[in-house]
Amino acid sequence: MKALAWHGKHDVRMDTVDDPGIVNPRDAIIKVTSTAICGSDLHLYDGYIPTMKAGDVLGHEFMGEVVEVGAQSTLKKGQRVVVPFTIACGSCYHCGKHQYSACPNGLPADNQDIAQELYGHEMSGLFGYSHMTGGYAGGQAEYVRVPFSDVGPLVIPDGVEDDKVLFLSDILPTGWQAAEYAQIEPGDTVAVWGCGPVGLFAVQSAFLMGAERVIAIDHFPHRLELAKRFGAETINFEESATYDALMTMTGGIGPDAVIDAVGLEAHGLFVDNVIDQIKASTFLGTDRPHSIRQAIIACRKGGRVSMPAVYGGFVDKFPLGAFMEKGLTLKTGQTHVQHYMPALLNAIMEGKIDTEFLISHRMPLSEAPEGYRMFKDKQNEVTKIVLKPGLDRVAA
Amino acid sequence: MGDLANAQSDDAPLANSKRSEAAAEAAAQIPEGRGDTIVNAAVTINKPVAEVFGFFRDFANLPRFMENIERIDVIDPQRSHWVVKAPAGGSVEWDARVTEEEADRLIAWTSEDGAEVPNSGRVEFRDAGTRGTVVTATILYDPPGGVIGKVIAKMFQREPAIQARRDLRRFKQLLETGEIATPAMNAKQFEEMGL
Repeated sequence: MKALAWHGKHDVRMDTVDDPGIVNPRDAIIKVTSTAICGSDLHLYDGYIPTMKAGDVLGHEFMGEVVEVGAQSTLKKGQRVVVPFTIACGSCYHCGKHQYSACPNGLPADNQDIAQELYGHEMSGLFGYSHMTGGYAGGQAEYVRVPFSDVGPLVIPDGVEDDKVLFLSDILPTGWQAAEYAQIEPGDTVAVWGCGPVGLFAVQSAFLMGAERVIAIDHFPHRLELAKRFGAETINFEESATYDALMTMTGGIGPDAVIDAVGLEAHGLFVDNVIDQIKASTFLGTDRPHSIRQAIIACRKGGRVSMPAVYGGFVDKFPLGAFMEKGLTLKTGQTHVQHYMPALLNAIMEGKIDTEFLISHRMPLSEAPEGYRMFKDKQNEVTKIVLKPGLDRVAA
Repeated sequence: MGDLANAQSDDAPLANSKRSEAAAEAAAQIPEGRGDTIVNAAVTINKPVAEVFGFFRDFANLPRFMENIERIDVIDPQRSHWVVKAPAGGSVEWDARVTEEEADRLIAWTSEDGAEVPNSGRVEFRDAGTRGTVVTATILYDPPGGVIGKVIAKMFQREPAIQARRDLRRFKQLLETGEIATPAMNAKQFEEMGL
């Protein structure tokens, strides 16, 4: 089959790789109909994530049709499913608490060593996201082997088009969890750093959870425009001083909750950011966390910090003093996708959450390498690229 | 043994002690202990203790999750013959004997005289209520060729500390999910990768 494979920094190619097949009894094979390029795929593309190997198939946001099932799968051939990017077993202690992204049973035992050394514990397996998360082939491919298919994939009712539900695989639950972790109370003002897909879903979610005001921060005018469409006020950090603006807009109190939806590749030329870039390029520090520092400094006393943004390694100049003195609370983590999928599917069906606004480009899977280049270089216009293997099949 | 237990002033397992003499003390707690290097690892398995113990006690099950065990021939309820993969494609074999056993609580073993890699150990099982069963393995062994052998073994990732941890993870996966996680894309890749 054809699949998008990583070969190094800024080098992804369409490779011909082995067709997947059933290995374990709970597996299913999915024929991919839609698969998106995620902002976190750019971290791989930019070479920030360790334990990648040449030839690794990328992609963790995908859906498709069930074409083969193992003896213990409960799926049926022909069903359409959205696949959560976190591989979780559904029967361990963590799954029992709905902490699906903490499930250790989808991560091969040998791959657990790295995370155990780096983080103290293993995490769940992920599709298409380095060997530290299991080395699973991802969904930017014609077919995918999906473990634990009896508990992970969500069956989509007939007649609901892919573009409406594809984002249940990652970014919609991630934005929703980010807002939930902000523990929003009625009347709250919530500030969101980063108007990428996760930030924009966090904006929508925050309003649904009762926020009175949401202030969205970015430097791409088009992305700020999208946030405004959902009722957010905006700050363009290239035009305005973010902290000063936030203080004035909130009467000196600061936002009640802050959400960092930027993560380890924060853009913008700030002094600490430049130092971070130097350190990152010399491996002195792997993450460049300007946004989380600014969010902590701006957050009101006793406020909440929610951090859906992906961080992988170590940071310095973390404002621990401000964090302690102001008595902040931080909630973060990879998304427990399976926990949120059913309710969010209902919210989409009831028209409470808009998902399709995000898609700026639809392309055949074969054009994925060009998609990565565009997504990297034109972040203002390119908000989300959805790859459709079916468009290649039509052409062929 | 009472004196030795008193040497440790805290409640941490002896195998995790920083004191140089702790290994000998830990060895003394394993019946008929053989070896000078001790490792331990623990895992919590979300299954009742009787099920976890029963699966482990049937030694023929062990190669299903212990990567470097080629096979175990059960000779009688107390004695078995172990064939274990060694670095560089070789194998080592020994006879083992159960030295202590208490249903649903613990099982201990030692290698018989003449083993190439003398080893002994104890696996304890503890009912952890709604969390299932805590399995704690303590293994005492004599690494082949002393320190150099250990370094070489580590390069091949057959070093017991790493191996024990991985084996317990697979044990947990097998009992909790009925299968062992693999990134293999298909049966052919799985053959090449193994456990």
